Amino acid sequence: MGLFSRTKTHFVDSDVLVIGGGMAGCGATYEARHWGRDLKIVCVEKANIERSGAVAQGLYAINCYMGMQWDENQPEDHVRYARNDLMGLVREDLGYDIARHVDSSVHKFEEWGLPMMRDPETGRYLREGKWQIMIHGESYKPIVAEAARKAATEVYNRIMVTHLLMDKTKENRVAGAVGFNVRTGDFYVFRAKAVIVAAGGASHIYKPRAVGEGMGRTWYAPWSSASAYALPIEVGAKMTQMENRIVLTRFKDGYGPVGAYFLHLKTYTENAYGEEYESTWYENTKALVGDYVDRHPVPTCLRNHAFLEEMKAGRGPIRMVTKEAFQDPHKETVGWENFLGMTIGQAVVWASQDIDPKHTNPELTTSEPYVMGSHATCSGAWASGPEDYAPDEYQWGYNRMMTVDGLFGAGDTIGGTAHKFSSGSYTEGRIAAKAAVNYIKDMGKDAPQVSEDDYQSLKKKVFKPLENYEIGRNEIVGGTVSPSYILPIQGLQRLEKIMDEYVGGIGSHYMTNEPLLTRGLELLGTLKEDLEHLGAEDLHQLQRAWELQHRLRASESVTHHTMFRKETRWPGYYYRGDHMKLDDNDWHCFTLSQYDKNTGEWELEKAPVYHIVD
Amino acid sequence: MPTFVYMTRCDGCGHCVDICPSDIMHIDKTYRRAINIEPNMCWECYSCVKACPQNAIDARGYADFAPLGHSVRVLREPEKGTISWKVKFRNGHEKNFVSPIRTTDWGTIPSPAELPPPSEDDFKSQELAHEPDALNIKGGLPALTPDQLKKGVV
Repeated sequence: MGLFSRTKTHFVDSDVLVIGGGMAGCGATYEARHWGRDLKIVCVEKANIERSGAVAQGLYAINCYMGMQWDENQPEDHVRYARNDLMGLVREDLGYDIARHVDSSVHKFEEWGLPMMRDPETGRYLREGKWQIMIHGESYKPIVAEAARKAATEVYNRIMVTHLLMDKTKENRVAGAVGFNVRTGDFYVFRAKAVIVAAGGASHIYKPRAVGEGMGRTWYAPWSSASAYALPIEVGAKMTQMENRIVLTRFKDGYGPVGAYFLHLKTYTENAYGEEYESTWYENTKALVGDYVDRHPVPTCLRNHAFLEEMKAGRGPIRMVTKEAFQDPHKETVGWENFLGMTIGQAVVWASQDIDPKHTNPELTTSEPYVMGSHATCSGAWASGPEDYAPDEYQWGYNRMMTVDGLFGAGDTIGGTAHKFSSGSYTEGRIAAKAAVNYIKDMGKDAPQVSEDDYQSLKKKVFKPLENYEIGRNEIVGGTVSPSYILPIQGLQRLEKIMDEYVGGIGSHYMTNEPLLTRGLELLGTLKEDLEHLGAEDLHQLQRAWELQHRLRASESVTHHTMFRKETRWPGYYYRGDHMKLDDNDWHCFTLSQYDKNTGEWELEKAPVYHIVD
Repeated sequence: MPTFVYMTRCDGCGHCVDICPSDIMHIDKTYRRAINIEPNMCWECYSCVKACPQNAIDARGYADFAPLGHSVRVLREPEKGTISWKVKFRNGHEKNFVSPIRTTDWGTIPSPAELPPPSEDDFKSQELAHEPDALNIKGGLPALTPDQLKKGVV
């Protein structure tokens, strides 16, 4: 019996359990109520859904909107765009599905009170770019959360879900989840007929550029702790494209967004000597990727590649030329409000360094890598496609169901669907929820059951870091150095260092190879052993301990996938030094992995890519 | 800018503790006021700053790259539906911005349970709640046929 075995256990029974109350989770919760009028719908969130997930601080644009009502774009156009940006590899069936529904989500946001900017001449939503519309989105998340709260039977804030539970009566079927309340320390057993994982992607698996106090100023939120991946991986769900990490070109230090600057304000980049540099690297890039360099718009990773080569050639810093655009007071206001609406930290950096873009062209940088599934990247779980048109190889049940029965996903969780952003993630949550309700309807009386042995052993595991600390702390006078335990921040920094040095982080200009990856896996293996000895001083540190466990599991997956794909598909995101060229003969395919928690082994395989003919 | 709390303004109400997405705003046991316990996990999202009824929370740029002497202050007024910003540079220059945050009253979004219940056919269709009406298009929800997806084309 452990020290914390007397901790109180709460049982929460539901039909639909939504894990994570960000954009995807709020969409899932809302939609589940529409289809499941009499069902018990529970949303569980480790923070507070009013301000949780990647949209917590707001957004100044909705980056996925077709505008079908004005014939601006059709879903097929978005599929072509995402495919092109991801160098040919996206789940076009899933992407089309999001694109055909996304406008209805956005129209509801407006009806609910989200202030949309409009073009004064046409009366349409004001376009930032072909896919982006501009909003005053400071309260985007509170508005979406209000709708979700109205729809949910119960919302549980401040509960960190650590593991999924499997059914004891049927192989490969989900039965719920466990977690702990980060305020009270109580243990929670959620029993559910269907589970939708709508948790966050992964920041802080690679060493960030900022050090010390600034390490939280990552591009993606520091609370995006890879639960989107760790939860499904642990129960054997197949994952796809986990090697497809993203690197962002952003304003230096604050990682302020550049989308509105490029697209709406028409600013542009130049090297330290005022020269255009992207064309300098055209032949170099073409030698790596062939015709992909000629596609329009130029894929995000290839623009990164030119940026990196120019920096390595010693002609940095690269700057955004803002001085011209910012002479227009309207554009200046848009430029500032863009940050205040979604990346306040960039405004702080500029204020502190006296950078007024009207007088100074600000520096850009490339970020540390992130693993997520909703931006210009598409890591995540391998999911069943829409019933009406997905090919057989993409369809084994219900829309957005993973390879585990009853386990659905949306947002960062689902792989292969780049460029869904906030509105597409919300929409994917809606798609998953309708499918989950249909799954429950078809289930009849054959409901899953959780095993007491399972949740009791998980309970012991979940609270072990508190026990490790309590025991180990008595050995030492004080301080942070113990021979018996490591603290979550210490484990996190070791993880970030391993990923940076061996799996293509900033320290190596995103370069790796098989020997480096092999060594990286060895070091991740010992870190995994050491995390059995994590020490948590209090419940806050216990949350950090489990976030780290989730990040480690995702990192292992990223490393195995990176090893498996023997080509450099996305130069500018990462490079395989031993396979520097894109190789469409062997690698125009998805990579899939499956983790076996009993053996600790990973199995990798290829899966075919289907394209919409055009 | 991790956030920090002014001793004389904070009354320990805990709004910031309740809202912080990173779980780093806690109540100090000695002073019974809020404190940022983990500045290196602060995203500068300002959720706590906006939520503080006493305007007791501010941010100071990250010490590893932000020189002192700046401030970015915010006043969020949900009842008015606006947010106001004051950006002060190290050199003393100031910029002010005001934006709308919501066009409807808070709490007025209806539950989807208030919609007419879906029919059995609706469950089998690909349409989601509010569709096809909310798409604002003629011809209904767009669709593909299975033969439009072709394997392995480069």
